[in-house]
Amino acid sequence: MSKRIDVSGLTAYYGTHKAIEDISMTVEPRTVTAFIGPSGCGKSTFLRTLNRMHEVTSGGRVEGKVLLDDEDLYGAGVDPVAVRREIGMVFQRPNPFPTMSIFDNVAAGLRLNGNYKKSQLSDIVEKSLKGANLWNEVKDRLNKPGSGLSGGQQQRLCIARAIAVEPKVLLMDEPCSALDPISTLAIEDLIGELKERFTIVIVTHNMQQAARVSDRTAFFNLAAVGQPGKLIEIDDTERIFSNPSVQATEDYISGRFG
Amino acid sequence: MDISTQKTGADGAPPPHDGVPPTTSANGPQKRAARGTTRPGDRIFLALSRGSGILLLVIMAAIAVFLAYRAYLAISKDEANFLTTFEWNTGLVPPKFGIAVLAFGTVVSSIIAMAIAVPIAVAIALFITHYAPRRLSGPIAYVVDLLAAVPSIVYGLWGALVLVPHMDGLFGWLNDYFGWTGIFSWDEGAPRSMLTVGILLAIMILPIITNVSREVFRQVPQMHEEAALALGATRWEVIRMAVIPFGRSGVISASMLGLGRALGETMAVATVLSPDFDIHASLLNPGGGTFAQNIASKFNEATEYGRDALIASGLVLFVITLLVNGAARMIIARRKEYSGANA
Repeated sequence: MSKRIDVSGLTAYYGTHKAIEDISMTVEPRTVTAFIGPSGCGKSTFLRTLNRMHEVTSGGRVEGKVLLDDEDLYGAGVDPVAVRREIGMVFQRPNPFPTMSIFDNVAAGLRLNGNYKKSQLSDIVEKSLKGANLWNEVKDRLNKPGSGLSGGQQQRLCIARAIAVEPKVLLMDEPCSALDPISTLAIEDLIGELKERFTIVIVTHNMQQAARVSDRTAFFNLAAVGQPGKLIEIDDTERIFSNPSVQATEDYISGRFG
Repeated sequence: MDISTQKTGADGAPPPHDGVPPTTSANGPQKRAARGTTRPGDRIFLALSRGSGILLLVIMAAIAVFLAYRAYLAISKDEANFLTTFEWNTGLVPPKFGIAVLAFGTVVSSIIAMAIAVPIAVAIALFITHYAPRRLSGPIAYVVDLLAAVPSIVYGLWGALVLVPHMDGLFGWLNDYFGWTGIFSWDEGAPRSMLTVGILLAIMILPIITNVSREVFRQVPQMHEEAALALGATRWEVIRMAVIPFGRSGVISASMLGLGRALGETMAVATVLSPDFDIHASLLNPGGGTFAQNIASKFNEATEYGRDALIASGLVLFVITLLVNGAARMIIARRKEYSGANA
């Protein structure tokens, strides 16, 4: 059950510093949208406003609207905790809970959300690990700590943990930047499979990766250091990488800066 | 100059700066020696640190031998069973004394102290690190530090002059509702009892447990807390999923430091407790004793032999402390592969 994201006029601050300014875009269900742009352009900040993780940072606040289908995530009376249960997130560095087993890591979100019977839990954990292409590697050691896995396996464990609660949207913040090429490939293949079920937004520093995995690509840029980041353009990935409509995009993807 | 010859000998190769003016040649080999321990600074430091390590072991061994020898002198003449006897008469001929009451009192008062202090300390540490706004957490941490700086005799005086006279209400309430258990029955005597001692000890060990726990909780990586948040955890659920499990072994270590202090606390207990040589079922009635308190109150008037007997009891306290520490280490080691250190 993936949903559409509709952002309009979104500005985010860290204290008095304006990190991103006036961003509007639409993300269609069952697509992969990639955010690219130079460091500091606010793409990760923007990603974190989509599940209200931005405001966890001290001084973080947001103006504007983010609609998930028709529900405003920043509307009055909307609980950020409830938002994050609908919109899952995978981080740059794999962060399985070090104190939990592989099984408990995947079940962690489920245990927050309600009472499941043991058999139900095992079913969902198995399904999620299969969904993250990790089941065959870990099925014999589900009660071993998750921190004993390789980096790529840990990241897929985190993806399994995120999809176990059946979110509507999956946000990925440079999910492969800490991984070797083989593990990166495994995650990219997985993204291709996951988009059948989820709306996926991925931040990446790797333009080839954006070209390989995404349907739509958004290019962010900032005028100068200290200036807020802005959305320069968003379009079909093919178009962005062949014939972008803005010169700055062309310069960035052809490696003239960034 | 003598460094350079040594270096050359070790390498079996000529020094690299042959024929260079002496000022630079003195520098060259010295830089090369950085990887070894032949540099004088390194050697001095190595000798110092190794010497301190050995000295520590020698002192420990000397203390152990002294304690064991004096304890042996005492116990070998003891007519009663040293471990099970409820009396302490070293002046009798033949002498009769045992540590049963002291062991019981020490363990019970420490358990009470831990039961009260650990949950409160963990709660304060969590509040300082995860709930309090920054301008509040600093002052609170400072006040907790101040608590640690109060000398134990001051705690003892406060306990005797303030705490004891104010225990009647609590004791009466406990007696009314839980008196039937026997543990909380009260004969309305002066509340100079094990429970009062336990409460006072709890206040005394609170700062050390709080401070160590606070440091542990502060070190929980941001990424683990964000992982929990992104799953839709509330603030409390983040603490339950990421913070407390990560800090568990640290909190255990902190508690052991506190327990060590509670087990060995002397003046505060001696000031507050009204001791006797019996084991009482009730924690509210006065009586009982602890190792440290018993040593402090008897040592001055003790004969040579009486002192040996007190040393023997001190040895038992030492063994109890060792056992407790060993148990804590086992608990920590058992969960090692799940500790945050692997992250």
